[in-house]
Order: sequence, then C-alpha cells, then structure tokens
Amino acid sequence: MTGFMSTLGLWMAVFFTFSIFSFLYKDNPLYKLSEQIFVGLSAAYWLVYTFFSMMMPNLIVKLSSDFKGNIILLIPATLGFMMLLRIFPKTQWFSRFPIAIMIGTSAGINMVRYTKSDLLSQVSATMINPFAAATTSAIIGNFLLIIGTICGVYFFYFSKKQEGMSAVPSKLGIWFLMISFGASFGYTVMARVSLLIGRLEFLLKDWLHIIK
Amino acid sequence: MSANSNSQTERWIIFVVLFVAVALPLVFPLGLKTEVSDYTKMAWDLIETTPDSSVVIFSFDCDPSTMTELQPMAESMLYHAFSRNQKVIAMALWPQGVQMADMAFNTVKTSFPDKQYGIDYVNLGYKVSGIVAIQAMGQSMEEVNPTDIAGTKYSEIPMLKGIVTIKDIAYVNSLSSGVPGIKEWIMIARDTYKTPVTGGTTAVSAPGFFPYINSQKQLSGLLGGLKAASEYEMLIGRIGSATVKMDAQSTAHVLILLFIAIGNVKAYRAKKGSKK
Repeated sequence: MTGFMSTLGLWMAVFFTFSIFSFLYKDNPLYKLSEQIFVGLSAAYWLVYTFFSMMMPNLIVKLSSDFKGNIILLIPATLGFMMLLRIFPKTQWFSRFPIAIMIGTSAGINMVRYTKSDLLSQVSATMINPFAAATTSAIIGNFLLIIGTICGVYFFYFSKKQEGMSAVPSKLGIWFLMISFGASFGYTVMARVSLLIGRLEFLLKDWLHIIK
Repeated sequence: MSANSNSQTERWIIFVVLFVAVALPLVFPLGLKTEVSDYTKMAWDLIETTPDSSVVIFSFDCDPSTMTELQPMAESMLYHAFSRNQKVIAMALWPQGVQMADMAFNTVKTSFPDKQYGIDYVNLGYKVSGIVAIQAMGQSMEEVNPTDIAGTKYSEIPMLKGIVTIKDIAYVNSLSSGVPGIKEWIMIARDTYKTPVTGGTTAVSAPGFFPYINSQKQLSGLLGGLKAASEYEMLIGRIGSATVKMDAQSTAHVLILLFIAIGNVKAYRAKKGSKK
C-alpha cells in the first residue's frame, strides 16, 4: 500500500509540474486547476496545522488540565472568538476590538524594532573609519559604502531643486541605485533558474531515473 | 508572419533552449568550480568557532517552494553543526518548515548515526506570529515551546535543560524565504538579546539582507541562493546537491547573458531601421 501511495504521489507531482509548465504555452484549464489545488491545499494545511500545533497545546490542553491556573488565557480566546464573528454581517463590529489591539501592538512593537534595526544600527554601521580595514579592497569598499549611502539618501531629498553642484551627489546616488537594482535583478535570475533546476531535477531523477 | 506571433515564437524558442541548457548539465555534469565568498565564509566561521555542546537554533522559515535553494544550505549547515557536536533545536516560523526540518535531520543523520533525538537534536515545531514568538522566547523558551512535535514536555527533553531564554542559545540560523524569517530574528534575537544570527535566504531576497552584514554585526554572514549553498558544501568538504546543480545554474546564466546581448542587438537594429 505504501509503495502504491508513493507511486501515486510521484505521478501526481509529475502531472502538476507539467500542468504548471503548460502556462508557458498559454493559459489553460490544467494550469488553473493546479494553481487552485495548490492554494487550497496550502490554506487547509495551514489551518489544520495551526489548530493542532498552536491552539491545542497552548489553549485547549492548558485550560482543560488547569482551568483556574490558566484563566488569563480566556482573554486571547475571547478576542479570537470575536474575530471569527466577522463572518456574520450583524456581529461584524465585534471584530473591531481584536483588530484594534492587533494593530496597536504591532505598531508599537514594529516602531521600536524597526527604528533600532533599520535606522539606528544601519546609520551606525555607516559611521566607520574607512582606513581601519585590513586590505586595500576593503578600504575602497568602506569608501564606497559611505559615499553610496550619503548620495543614495541625498537623491531622495526633494526640498530643494537639484541643479548645478547640488545635483552631483544626486546623480551619483542614481548610479549607486541602478547598480544595486542590477545586482538584485541578477540574484532574481539566479533564484528563478534555481526553481527550474529543482523541477527538472525532480523529473530527471525521481521520475525518469536518468540521473542518480 | 505578424510581429506578435514572431515574438511568441521567440519566447518558445527561449523556453526550449533554456530547458535543454539546464537539463543537459544535470545529466552530464561539467564539474565547474565556484569560489567561496566572504559572506559564506562568515557564516561558516560562526558555526566553526561555536564551542562543543552549545545549544543552537535552526529556524526553518520556509516551505517546499524554495526547497531547491534552502534545503542544501540547511543540510550543509546542520552537517557542520553536528560535526562540531553542537545540539540543534529546530523550529519553524512557517507551518511547512517543520517537515523541512525533519527532512534535513533524516538526510544528515545518515552521516551521524549516533546522534539521538532529544539529546543531540529536537524539533519544537511551528511557532505562530513570528516576531512576537521570538520576543517571547527572550522571556521564556518553555512558555513559547511547551512541547516538541511529538508532544514531549519541554522540561522532559534532556538537551533543553538549562535553556531558559534565547540568551542561552549560542547562535540562531534562519533558513528564510520570506516573512516572518531572518529579519525578525535579526531584530529580536540579535539586536535585542545579542544572540548572533546567521542564515540562508533565496537568491531573490539576499540583496535585501546584505546591509545587515555590517560593523554592527547584525548578521554574521549569509548564504544567498544556490551558489552560496554550493560554496558551503565546498567549505565543509561534502559534495551535495547544490554543487551538482551549479553546473546547470552557470550554463543557464551564460545563456541568459547571450539572450540579453541578442535582444539588445535586435533592438538596436530595429531602432536603426525605423529611423531610415
């Protein structure tokens, strides 16, 4: 039975792989079917897994084993239930309270974290002694980091018309940005080709057994 | 033939040629070499210099769609951690990451048959709500991870004795393909609790994380895409799937460069023709 199921699984994977590839020819029902099955399966998996791995041990088991000791858990449970009331138009307004709490806490947490990690630490990382590096290439790299950051940020300074000498750092900033976009595009190509390699490896190895 | 059908035919030619260019090196490997980059070496250094018996976290913040890139990284880094006798906690900020962790353990365990579940490694499963879960691990690991995936209580897992908060973790390694992922680990584990963070991401998201490898050491190295995975395999001396796939990757890149060059020449000639 296990052998049959794994063979069936293999052939299903092959079918869905070719169905997705068929989009390269043109949009068609097989592609749409595969896409929708993928979305449906992912959502169902997520729902079931979240319930059994999070809700069960963190809420239901705790409340059923020691209700008094875990009574505080009724607060998130109630908020969660209020969120579900969104389904019905008449009780939709209940969900505003948990949503407000979620937005408030997320904004609070993210404001502090992002300010520290994405602003203060990044600015501090640019305040370096460029000559402190061990090698010539690292020193050049440090200079590029400092000049690139300053010019890149200056490009987004819109309070004064950028002309004459004041346009120079802005134009330099554009160059740095273009180079960074080019590098990102290169990485994107690499990622997409990797996906193709993964699928072809599956077809040639697991299905056709051409490669070991 | 109309311009539209011409362009469609060209697209199909590109697809077919690309398919062949990727498939052939998989069947007939070319053995192309790749050089180790600084960022990969930094990640390797972190695992290499972490003392024996340290408890570390491998967070599988990904799903099977990025398996080609991230699984070779996970296996190589896990192999390295096991070879350094580090005790590995696997967890996931994505639901399907749990199975990815199991697959990595099963593969690497063939090289380390003595490693025992609960003593050398453990899978604590999926953690919902990303950044909040990591933040809570700064207060209590047990509170966030009451049991492992088999239902064993945190306090009954031998390797977790003495691991109270995330500060007791030697480093965090996030295999990340989106949000929540490595960024959340940087923001909380590294920037708040000073636990070193390294990891691997898909090539498409790697450039966004390079700025975190800086003088503030927000990130201790990063593996970006399949190339970095093959570099890591080279560093640990274990030829794995990433190294084999790099031949196909390199061939495809050369082909894409050719296509871009041909496209530019064609555009130039078309522009010149329209001027006449």
